[in-house]
Amino acid sequence: MSSAADAEPAVPAEDYLHAERGPWSWLTTHDHKRIGVMFLASLLLMFLLGGGYALALRMELLTPGETVMGRLAYNRAFTLHGVIMVWLFLIPSIPSSFGNFLLPLMVGARDVAFPRLNLASFYLYVLGAVMTLWAILQGGVDTGWTFYTPFSTATGTDVLPVLLGVFVVGFSTIFTGLNFIATVHTMRAPGMGWMRLPLFVWAIYGTAIIQVLATPVLGMVLVLVALERVAGVGFFDPARGGDPLLYQHLFWFYSHPAVYIMILPGMGVISEMVPAFSRKNPFSYRVLVWSTAGIAFVGFLTWGHHMFVSGQSTFGSGAFSILSMLVAIFTALKIFTWLSTMYRGSIWVNAPFTYVLGFIFLLFFGGMSGVAVAVTSTDIHWHDTYFVVAHFHFIMVGASLMAFLGALHYWFPKMFGRRYPESLGVGAAVLIIFGFIATFLPQFLLGNMGMPRRYADYPEHFQPLHVASTAGASLLGFGFVIVAVYLGWSLRHGAVAGRDPWGSRGYEWLSDSPPPEFNFHEPPTFPDRPHDYAEREDRPEVGHAL
Amino acid sequence: MPSDSTQRPVVTQALHFGAEAARQDAAHMGMWVFLASEVMLFTGLFTAYALYRLAYPEVFLHGREHMEVTLGTVNTYVLITSSVFVALGIAFIRRGREWGAGMWFAGAVLLGLTFLTIKGVEYAHHIRDGALPGAHYDFDGFAVPGANLYFTLYWVMTGVHAVHVAVGVSVLSVLVFRTFGGAFGVAYHTPLELGGMYWHLVDLIWLFLWPLLYLV
Ligand code: HEM
Ligand SMILES: [Cu+2]
Repeated sequence: MSSAADAEPAVPAEDYLHAERGPWSWLTTHDHKRIGVMFLASLLLMFLLGGGYALALRMELLTPGETVMGRLAYNRAFTLHGVIMVWLFLIPSIPSSFGNFLLPLMVGARDVAFPRLNLASFYLYVLGAVMTLWAILQGGVDTGWTFYTPFSTATGTDVLPVLLGVFVVGFSTIFTGLNFIATVHTMRAPGMGWMRLPLFVWAIYGTAIIQVLATPVLGMVLVLVALERVAGVGFFDPARGGDPLLYQHLFWFYSHPAVYIMILPGMGVISEMVPAFSRKNPFSYRVLVWSTAGIAFVGFLTWGHHMFVSGQSTFGSGAFSILSMLVAIFTALKIFTWLSTMYRGSIWVNAPFTYVLGFIFLLFFGGMSGVAVAVTSTDIHWHDTYFVVAHFHFIMVGASLMAFLGALHYWFPKMFGRRYPESLGVGAAVLIIFGFIATFLPQFLLGNMGMPRRYADYPEHFQPLHVASTAGASLLGFGFVIVAVYLGWSLRHGAVAGRDPWGSRGYEWLSDSPPPEFNFHEPPTFPDRPHDYAEREDRPEVGHAL
Repeated sequence: MPSDSTQRPVVTQALHFGAEAARQDAAHMGMWVFLASEVMLFTGLFTAYALYRLAYPEVFLHGREHMEVTLGTVNTYVLITSSVFVALGIAFIRRGREWGAGMWFAGAVLLGLTFLTIKGVEYAHHIRDGALPGAHYDFDGFAVPGANLYFTLYWVMTGVHAVHVAVGVSVLSVLVFRTFGGAFGVAYHTPLELGGMYWHLVDLIWLFLWPLLYLV
């Protein structure tokens, strides 16, 4: 590769954090690593904001009647909580931050295929977020994060900036996905065949396909709602001959696959960490790959399970019910593969691995409750109750967020070249997992007793469970604060990590920590299969204790 | 770029470890994926079309009587011809005939503008009749329940398409200027190919809209 060699700087480049200095060099960078870090920072900010709303909601639900806010304020708070958490945090979370940072490193490329598009994608995200937050300053929206018509076309609150904000964020998602697909197809290092891709790359690739194919449908339906608001086009308005169900179909055609945009990258993260901390080859690389493809595909065929009580045909409901369960089969394949990988491994329980355990447990629980709500008869009982709230929080928070936190700890040394205090990390992880269970387990019971979702008030006898849930939420919040404090501290004062502090065989660890500006000092070769721990004895420098 | 003043050895482009060929592959791949996502964008509208056609079969049968089939058909030929021009332009640039390529692309731009003009004439007629979407529908000649939805679909589908034509015209215009400026030749003409692919897609989508709205 003579052209690459020519461009190689004569002296070894500094790491990407110091290669160029000053805020301007960050804001105009084309380096996928810096863009990943900027996404990470923005996402964490959004998480903080969404978390603030969550605590406000739990405060209001502490006692029956009005506790800290009125009903309209409550409606606005849960809408903004949902909008921020789903659209501005969870959907872009792992792909845009860790995906951006790691994908080129893992396939041995210098950067993603379209570095400038990557930066544009970041600015689109920022623009969309600002538009959405602007709506908060205007007083907020009360439609819920799903913007169901006809309410969303009729309510007096300022829905338009939020619709357009989400639309713009959607384009950011599409461009990121497009970039990843092109990178995986065309930028792999010589000799890296498809069956040698790291599992995280597979997960991000599957996610990217969903991002590219589903998000435009969401974009169009948001445009239609916007047109309905400003021009009264009538698509979703029965008074003009339109059909509100059309909205639900189009919305869930995107938004169910979108839950796999949130969870597949998380599964990829877990598939990286399980072999690394069990010191074993994955029980079956192929099963992990093909179940990823299976989930990505079947995820497109299940949207109707959100509409069991909407009046769709009985046949339709039955079909969607069965298709939904297929997803559970692929998920189970993954869970069994992870467990078999751990079986008789020499397991190292540290902070990332604690999140792995949390992830697997919560995904299992959330998935099983998913199968339960996918049964049409039971869903009629649970629909729009706290049972569903508990179900999707188990998946979205319990699983996706656990994976995000695990990724944050696992790759923190890679990204910043420093370690964090491991024992604090484990403690905080345990606190978060228990806080989480205390928050959402009572909600299954509440839902089963008939507590509807999205209500600010409730009868007296629901109170004990609500108090438990609010107490859990405080624990959870406290856990996040601890994580934020020690990670922030470690950025400057953590011990220097060295190239591969975990003794991981992931390809990304072959480059320095933090990596140099163009990822590798010379064109990389990857002699071993990915996740090959068969010869771990060769690497005595890696111990289990810290 | 303030960074250029530092002592660091300056690498102007984040070249990949592969060669220029890999980057061209990536560009084509990226464009195909983008086109796939564009198709999905229109899929939402086609779904709405199918749904309302099932709900109001009579309306859709008579709706096309209020369309100006001649103008629509002329526009179809205009777009197809422009696609041929683009294809010829690319054949020219591949053989290194830059001037010819620029001319063919310029021709496609003119045809794109012709399309938009004819579309504008049609829109003007609809506005005159009061055949506006949804709440603003006020067309006495066709006042059955659901008629407004037919026109809503017509406006939104052709409107979104027209936006794409406008974007395509701008992209092609830039390419024309760059071609005449000598930016492309036998060795390097990826942007022309990508622009061409986009234009073919815009053409292709019209080939679906035209029968759905004017013919069947
Ligand atoms: C194991 C496979 C899964 C199955 C079988 C499943 C099934 C269901 C069903 C049937 C509903 C509708 C309940 C109702 O509307 O009454 C539902 C709701 C929901 N699910 Fe899942 N799900 C699964 C996985 C996931 C995942 C992975 C996520 C997110 C990462 C997720 C997020 C959601 C959300 C957000 C809702 C609430 C929709 C609303 O606002 O009403 N689910 N799920
Ligand atoms: Cu779903």
